[in-house]
Amino acid sequence: MGKPDIGVRNLLVKLLSYGILVFFVLLCLYFDYVTRGLFLSGSNIVNILQQTAINTIIAVGMTFVIISGGIDLSVGSILSLAGVLSTMSLLQVFSRMHQGPAVTAWPLVVAVLVAGMVSMAVGAAAGAFNGFCITRLRVTPFIATLAMMGSARGLSMVFTDAVPISPLPTAFTNVVGGPSILRAIPPLVPLAILVFVVGYVVLTQTDFGRRVYAIGGNQEAARLSGVNVAHTKLGVYTIAGLLAGLSGLMFAARVGAGDPKSGQMFEMDAIAAVVLGGTSLMGGTGSVAGTLLGSLVIGVLAVGLDITDVSTYWQMVIKGGVILLAVVLDQLKVRLGSVGL
Amino acid sequence: MTPVAAEERTVLRMEGIAKTYPGVRALDGVDFEVREGEVHALVGENGAGKSTLMKILAGAQSRDSGAIIIDGQPAHIDSPQSAMALGVSIIYQEFNLVPYMTAAENIFLGREPRAAIPGFVNFSKMYSDAQAIIDRLGVKLNVRTSVNRLSVAQQQMVEIAKATSRNARIIAMDEPSATLTEHELDNLFALIRSLKEQGVSIIYISHRLEEIFQIADRVTVLRDGHLVATKDVKDTDREDIIQMMVGRELKEKIPKKPASIGDVILSVEHLQRAGAIEDVSFEVRRGEVLGIAGLVGAGRTEVARAVFGADPIDGGRIRLDGKDVNIRSPRDAIRLGIGLVTEDRKALGLVLGMAVRENISLANLGSLASLGFVSRKRERDVANRYIADLMIKTPSTEQTVQNLSGGNQQKVVLAKWLFTQSRILIFDEPTRGIDVGSKVEIYQLMNRLAENGAGIIMISSELPEILGMSDRILVMHEGRLAGELSREDATQEKIMHLATGGE
Repeated sequence: MGKPDIGVRNLLVKLLSYGILVFFVLLCLYFDYVTRGLFLSGSNIVNILQQTAINTIIAVGMTFVIISGGIDLSVGSILSLAGVLSTMSLLQVFSRMHQGPAVTAWPLVVAVLVAGMVSMAVGAAAGAFNGFCITRLRVTPFIATLAMMGSARGLSMVFTDAVPISPLPTAFTNVVGGPSILRAIPPLVPLAILVFVVGYVVLTQTDFGRRVYAIGGNQEAARLSGVNVAHTKLGVYTIAGLLAGLSGLMFAARVGAGDPKSGQMFEMDAIAAVVLGGTSLMGGTGSVAGTLLGSLVIGVLAVGLDITDVSTYWQMVIKGGVILLAVVLDQLKVRLGSVGL
Repeated sequence: MTPVAAEERTVLRMEGIAKTYPGVRALDGVDFEVREGEVHALVGENGAGKSTLMKILAGAQSRDSGAIIIDGQPAHIDSPQSAMALGVSIIYQEFNLVPYMTAAENIFLGREPRAAIPGFVNFSKMYSDAQAIIDRLGVKLNVRTSVNRLSVAQQQMVEIAKATSRNARIIAMDEPSATLTEHELDNLFALIRSLKEQGVSIIYISHRLEEIFQIADRVTVLRDGHLVATKDVKDTDREDIIQMMVGRELKEKIPKKPASIGDVILSVEHLQRAGAIEDVSFEVRRGEVLGIAGLVGAGRTEVARAVFGADPIDGGRIRLDGKDVNIRSPRDAIRLGIGLVTEDRKALGLVLGMAVRENISLANLGSLASLGFVSRKRERDVANRYIADLMIKTPSTEQTVQNLSGGNQQKVVLAKWLFTQSRILIFDEPTRGIDVGSKVEIYQLMNRLAENGAGIIMISSELPEILGMSDRILVMHEGRLAGELSREDATQEKIMHLATGGE
């Protein structure tokens, strides 16, 4: 290979590394152009962020799992189970405290706190059970979380007789699910940002985060370096479950019901966001920053295609194509990059 | 056995075979020939080039130069398929069998007899043909048994049946006796003799020299990629073969600096691990370099892993500074101040995709973290300190280790263990695949560690290294300690004698 070839190749690798960012910007500009500025208007941006928030929260957890070399198919079902149980507890607490027409915010605050705790506890417990099966019973992540995907969904049906928990107190759906911050932004958005920041810090700045990368990169080398592989994996799946659980309550607030059928295929969107963000399914590399971008691409695509009147079915086809393209380009990057060395 | 007649026909001739791997000259102009119907033993130390030569013959490796001539015709062997087409088969130590298929399906894998309807397999023909082959070999085995339910010896028979069913006229066997019992070995020898009578030539690779005198007609000795000699077995003896295997000049300068040897720091008593370690006991003292020699598969790595807690043990106890310790995982071992520099640094020693800095700190992250947060600055300082100290050639602390050379990768592994302040360091083949300069630096580091009172265990297949660096040498053979030699007494011949099962 001559020198110019290597130059061209390096440039290509660079471009491909930023490929998802380039794609994201182009996508926004394209939709903005065809909607004559409507797409990037303030209210639509809030709309996109709201659409993206739930998937971002779940996908941050998924990023931990995938970097560790695993996969979690159960997050959508955990979302529904946590959503159902937390809205049930919300109604309980709220109805007990909210006797008569007294107009104070306390019942709601207490009820939301309790429901929040329940959602995260349910999610974390389900995730920890995944981790237990994977580390102690030595079930592969795919199977362990596939089993949880079925069981958690089944349990949420059992608890509700397949009937959504509704109506939820309007105060709750308005404040937690609606645009209550500055009358424009739903609390979901800052919550997603918070989860992203915490996820970023934990993965990049803590020894736990380092161990997640290490076991994904080379589990045996990590073990021989004294990394407690079982504990680390347990932590990873618990985090993924906890974030899915939290999303359950937030999703219920947004749609106004604790629906046992909610969250179907959410695991796929989360995995798609992680993969679009450049995290390898082989484990060991990746970042939550990439995942955020991947999640935004999926959100922009969904909202943009909606606005431009593309049918839901074609949207699914297009989304599938984008994910495939992203992975193919990533492979190309790896191939070009490794030859260039 | 068979008198070698003058008109014995040569079926295979390999001429001037050369092969270079990055940094290693594996074969350097080796000539090798095999006669029709003979059993030709191929021996040499670890890394002498036996396996490479056989892989080239079988088309599993390409050669840099040299010619292969079969039946007087230049043979074009560039893949296992082309080798098989010419009647060459190789039976590796690790069998190439599909565990959940029957013996017959394995024998005919990829060339199943066809039924009348295209695309369908004629199973009845396949089973009867396979049974006929097995019976002709004089083996008792039902070909309808799935391979994972066969013993190792039976699986070997299936491999041999597979080879003969392809009309192999030259069969190479790599360490065929390594996992066989006495009785199974007799069966194998009987089978080899019957193949011989059918005119099949066998190339027999073994570390057990006594077997050569039982079964082989001729023996070829390789050393460091060179042909030493080919002799008729009746014209040679065990001592002569060992002499040929090891008889190299000790010209490499090993910079050994004996340290003052202190108290016993580690003692291992009656270590036991089923199928790998048989009643191994030894001790290591402060400042001492304990060499462990032996051939591949002798159980040296297994001992290292057991002491380090990487594999569970079935029995025995380990004492540190005279106190019993319970080591159940590498984490326990590291906490107690033991480090293991693994043989395979890419698969076991490093997280290749991580930076130099991250690999150095991995085993001792806790010391750099407060409240779970790793201090990047301190981590970088540590990395820079070891990069300077060990002269690791890397553009920065942030370089991913997969981009470093072998020697520098090994130094990163060493830095990791230095940073854990290990008092006992186990080096498993520490200089394998490493350039000469880095080798010397690693020896010097061992000297320094010993001087500072660490106990060092060094497993090595390179006899000059073992002889040069060790204060004391243990030799292992088939999971047991075959003997112990002092630095003064040890010679290459004595080590090889013990390592090959000599009394």
